[in-house]
Amino acid sequence: MKKLIKNLLGAIAITLALTVATGVAQAAGEKYILVSHAPDADSWWNTIKNAIREAGNHLGVEVVYRNPPTGDLADMARIIEQSAASRPDGIITTIADYDVLKGPIQNAVKRGIPVIAINSGTPEQARKLGALMYVGQPEYDAGHGAGMKAKDAGVTKFLCVNHYMTNPASVERCQGFADALGVDLGGQMIDSGQDPTGVQNKVQAYLRTNPDTNGILTLGPTSAHPTLRALSNMGKSGKIFFGTFDLSGEIAQGIKDGVINFGIDQQPYLQGYVPVMVLTLYNRYGVLPGNNVNSGPGFVTKANVALVEKLAGEYR
Amino acid sequence: MAQPKYPENDLQENQDERLREVSFLSRQLNKPELGAISGAVLVFVFFGFTAGGTGMFAPDGIMNWSTVSAQLGLIAIGACLLMIAGEFDLSIGSMIGFAGIMIAVPSVYWDWPVWLSILFAFAGAVSIGFINGYIVVKTGLPSFIVSLAFLFILRGLTIGLSQYFTNRTIIGGVRDIAEEQNDWMAPLFGGKAFQGFFQWLGDNGWLETFADGTPLVNGIPAVILWFLGLAFICQWMLLKTKFGNWIFASGGDAVAARNVGVPASRVKIMLFMFTAFCATVYATCQVMEFGSAAADRGLLKEFEAIIAAVIGGTLLTGGYGSVVGACFGALIFGVVQMGIFFLNIDSSWFRVFLGGMLLIAVVFNNFIRKKVTEAR
Repeated sequence: MKKLIKNLLGAIAITLALTVATGVAQAAGEKYILVSHAPDADSWWNTIKNAIREAGNHLGVEVVYRNPPTGDLADMARIIEQSAASRPDGIITTIADYDVLKGPIQNAVKRGIPVIAINSGTPEQARKLGALMYVGQPEYDAGHGAGMKAKDAGVTKFLCVNHYMTNPASVERCQGFADALGVDLGGQMIDSGQDPTGVQNKVQAYLRTNPDTNGILTLGPTSAHPTLRALSNMGKSGKIFFGTFDLSGEIAQGIKDGVINFGIDQQPYLQGYVPVMVLTLYNRYGVLPGNNVNSGPGFVTKANVALVEKLAGEYR
Repeated sequence: MAQPKYPENDLQENQDERLREVSFLSRQLNKPELGAISGAVLVFVFFGFTAGGTGMFAPDGIMNWSTVSAQLGLIAIGACLLMIAGEFDLSIGSMIGFAGIMIAVPSVYWDWPVWLSILFAFAGAVSIGFINGYIVVKTGLPSFIVSLAFLFILRGLTIGLSQYFTNRTIIGGVRDIAEEQNDWMAPLFGGKAFQGFFQWLGDNGWLETFADGTPLVNGIPAVILWFLGLAFICQWMLLKTKFGNWIFASGGDAVAARNVGVPASRVKIMLFMFTAFCATVYATCQVMEFGSAAADRGLLKEFEAIIAAVIGGTLLTGGYGSVVGACFGALIFGVVQMGIFFLNIDSSWFRVFLGGMLLIAVVFNNFIRKKVTEAR
């Protein structure tokens, strides 16, 4: 009996020692907080959650993910304030709304906490807020990258299907595409609206009046899906160079069928992994890349669509 | 209650043979807010031990959770009074979004002065509160359903109207306009009080400062003062005025209340208007602080307000409750909500912990109340 108690005590002592030891090891790693604007149910951010977890494991740092449960940006501002108050070694945040988040982000910076902006907002806004860098997909550059691909394929006259005309970022994508081709944007960008039937009919009407169009850029599933139908209605599937932003099941199928040449992936995994890596290097050795990081455009083509589909939702 | 004076009273002065003597202590213990206060103490002890070194109780940490609690407290007060009167308002959250848009659209797109936009929002919100209450009282339908309808209607109007007038669902620039116009009303909602005092604390080294000398916390946000003011007025009104008695009576038994001459319908309609007013104060503070209104503001806040009132000892069936209790309920909710982040728990688990903590707080609260009522 005595021996048993002794053994038990020994076991407890070892467990305690282990817990203390691991506790210390964890405390030595830097602590970062990533604040997103996405509501709980937004699956897109799952990729970023995976990225920061892996980055944390690889680098021996602790990264926690925080978001306003309903996606309310005012709540997000409170979370950034709270994050700054808990004195982390770095904050990674989106600039979902410059007005709302300006104050809290600037306060964190003022307090000497390194901040990296990701995903939303612009590199320009990140610089104004005093963030170290911006990791995301600048819209103009992404459009430009897509345009270079189209140019290589011999596109001379294109159609940009803009389903979100009021958003300046959408116009920038089309502008970048046009600039890469070396043509004037002019009337080649149409305001398609968001209604699927409307988009489809407008695309058909445009292609009928401009039969020499040999390239199409859509800005996301909202405009890509109806455009797919428009092309198949007109028997032009696979005969026009077709690039789109973002991915979806239908777009992936289009890529496999050879109707869509590429889908532009903004590669959220990088938006999670790179900031953690940069912050860690910055904190440990004081080194910092001299420019912003473009996480996209990453092109999904027939060659890699199978891999992307396999990893979708986890790493892509 | 005033004691009637009988000059030839042979009992001791100020005593009435019809009243049982109740000691001060047990009178305190019988208040509905007792459970919430003890729950709040429990929550503070918990976080004091677990999150003591994380900055949660540093000045800016305190300001963080007290702002969140005060915001919630504002609408919890409205929800609590209405629940005591026996009705629910599920449109509080949507009203926050709608009131925000009612301020932002006129001031940014119609070039109205900001103070006029704020008054417009208050007038609009209170009228909708009136309609809400009028329908409930006239149709006799459960307020749960009527205000649920308004939850959808107002949220839809918020998105629809902001799209219609501005083509966007986040309307920014309100604060810049208010500053440009040097608006007199905007600081009443979005400003910070006692800035000089905090600067003085910082200058003397009693408060941590940024590198440039401005203190970490540079004032008390207006929303906290609104909350304290409303809490004080409403608690006083509920306990010390005729109207307060009417509220209890309407919620306890509306028919009996009407029979003894309480204008129960009027009381209920007025309280629906008051919850709308509270939601608008919430919205105005938020719009003026952040400078923008968005169509998704206030999502699910109606439930948080009701939860805070229930934690605070207000009965879901009406007729019993306290404003102070609701305020402590809001405090528990706010502290738990932000405290979880200080504990460094991943957001994915946030709701689990929030739910768990709330359950513990309510069970504990209920336990205390039972113990006390049994002890009588």
